[in-house]
Amino acid sequence: MEYSRAKALQLGVTLLTCAFLLVPALQSVLAGVTRNYFIGISSGFTLRWIAEVWELYAHSIMLSIGIAFACLVSTLVIGVPAAYGLARNPGWFSRVLEEFISLPLAVPGLALALALLQLYGSVKGFRTSWTFVLVGHVLYTLPFMVRSVLAVLSVMDLKTLEEGAASLGATSWRRFWDIVVPNAMPGILAGALTVVTLSIGEFNLTWMLHTPYLKTLPVGLADSYASMRLEIASAYTLIFFIIIVPLLMAMQWASQRAQRIAA
Amino acid sequence: MTLTLTSVSKTYPDGTVALKPTDFHVAPGEIVSLLGPSGCGKTTLLRIVAGLETPNPGSQVKFGDDDVTELPVERRKVGMVFQSYALFPNMSVRGNIAYGLKMQKLPAAEIDQRVAEVVRLCKLEPYVDRRITALSGGQRQRVALARAFAPRPRILLLDEPLSALDAALRDTLRDELAGLLRKFGITALFVTHDQDEAMAIADKVAVMSHGTVVQVGPPEELYRNPRTRFVAGFVGHAVHLEGQVAGTTLRTQGGMLTLPRDGENCEVFVRAEDVAITPNGALKARVESSVFLGTHYRLGLSGITAGILYSNHAGLAAPARGTDVRISIDPSKLLLIDQSGATP
Repeated sequence: MEYSRAKALQLGVTLLTCAFLLVPALQSVLAGVTRNYFIGISSGFTLRWIAEVWELYAHSIMLSIGIAFACLVSTLVIGVPAAYGLARNPGWFSRVLEEFISLPLAVPGLALALALLQLYGSVKGFRTSWTFVLVGHVLYTLPFMVRSVLAVLSVMDLKTLEEGAASLGATSWRRFWDIVVPNAMPGILAGALTVVTLSIGEFNLTWMLHTPYLKTLPVGLADSYASMRLEIASAYTLIFFIIIVPLLMAMQWASQRAQRIAA
Repeated sequence: MTLTLTSVSKTYPDGTVALKPTDFHVAPGEIVSLLGPSGCGKTTLLRIVAGLETPNPGSQVKFGDDDVTELPVERRKVGMVFQSYALFPNMSVRGNIAYGLKMQKLPAAEIDQRVAEVVRLCKLEPYVDRRITALSGGQRQRVALARAFAPRPRILLLDEPLSALDAALRDTLRDELAGLLRKFGITALFVTHDQDEAMAIADKVAVMSHGTVVQVGPPEELYRNPRTRFVAGFVGHAVHLEGQVAGTTLRTQGGMLTLPRDGENCEVFVRAEDVAITPNGALKARVESSVFLGTHYRLGLSGITAGILYSNHAGLAAPARGTDVRISIDPSKLLLIDQSGATP
């Protein structure tokens, strides 16, 4: 009796929490395909708002995808060798460096953006280029890549594996490509999905860095909330969901896989 | 390929002397074991030969007439079997074995042919396409050996190749490894802390202690004529018989013992298998412990030397703990180690 009551309570709380999270999201999604939100669902469904969002904000969406991709390439090029370096040379200096790379996680995005603006704000071509936003995204997402790769690398006996490859005639370049990268792949994949997801959804820092011609997807979202009718804003949310939810799910899967290996 | 080491030494940056200046020679096709307790410098010596460790200036490592002291590991053409095997988990058995051949940029057809050859030699045919994680410890060891041997190295180096295996498997694989190394006909140097392993596999054993090679020789010679206390104790667990030597006799606490020759300046050692319990033995002892080991009893005896002297007793029954027994030792089995001017 006691047991089943506890169970019922547990189920109740879980369902309530789910509803609390899902109902607004569903409502928003529904609003995006409803002909007239103030009349309600009875006014009928339409894809008109989605088409309108695409017309208005396609540029923002494509820009976000482009920046996310560039951000991924940058974090791979910087992050994987960095994680490798940290894994190969464990010690207090590496730990300090790792903490330093992770600093952008603790500093609010706004502060980070302000620092970037102070330093590079007056560099004309750079300030107005999409690469300025990219720099912010790379700073913010790099620790996720480094930590993800490092977690997988530090459970392997990297030194001995490399010595094994070296004794078979592999140069350090070949060892990196043949041994380090393939064995770090689960960590790289998990890091990559995290970086893309974070970059596409990033608002804080981007909002500070963007110019009227450089609105990313979330900045565009804020813009539509502020200036468009509710149905368009909701349709925009729907598009955002469609892009981000599969990414989130893939990220979850990849991180779990990487953790299994690291455990 | 001959291996010649001339005054090879290693001091770590923190000042630890891992290896004192050492001269060492391995003849072509010879299988030599470096035997010693952990920290004796045996692995350091192996890693210096491999090129994984840089020796102190003045050291010289030669493969045949080729001075390789300055060559990095990837250009030394050595085969190395690691204690943990260091197999690449991202490659199949075939991928692992072929890796060294790929690094030599051999044509694909030749790689296939040589992989097949080594796979056959190491009896790995059923496993070639398996992942490393799907192999047992013994299979991994064979893959590690095959991978090291496939590129036809000038010398094969093995670092404790059996220590990652469980005890039951170790004896079988030890004989298998000895057989394979003979079949390869390659110069091999292998490190171990297990004297049985060293004797079973090697043509020649080099016993190391505190960063130096203390004695080199065939297993039989090391066992029968140890030149230092350390070798006597480490190889075959000989026990020091304390007492006063006078001419050809040794006076112990338990009685007088005849020596095979004049024992002036010598210390006397004996092994458990040479201590016999006989009704009219010359020495008196008390049984302190008795353990049945299947083939024999292992008796711990007091009253002869300061510590415990062990005896392997092959009877159907053993004397009970606490009883007094008579002991005899065949003089020809006693090990006399000259201490005049010798280092301990």
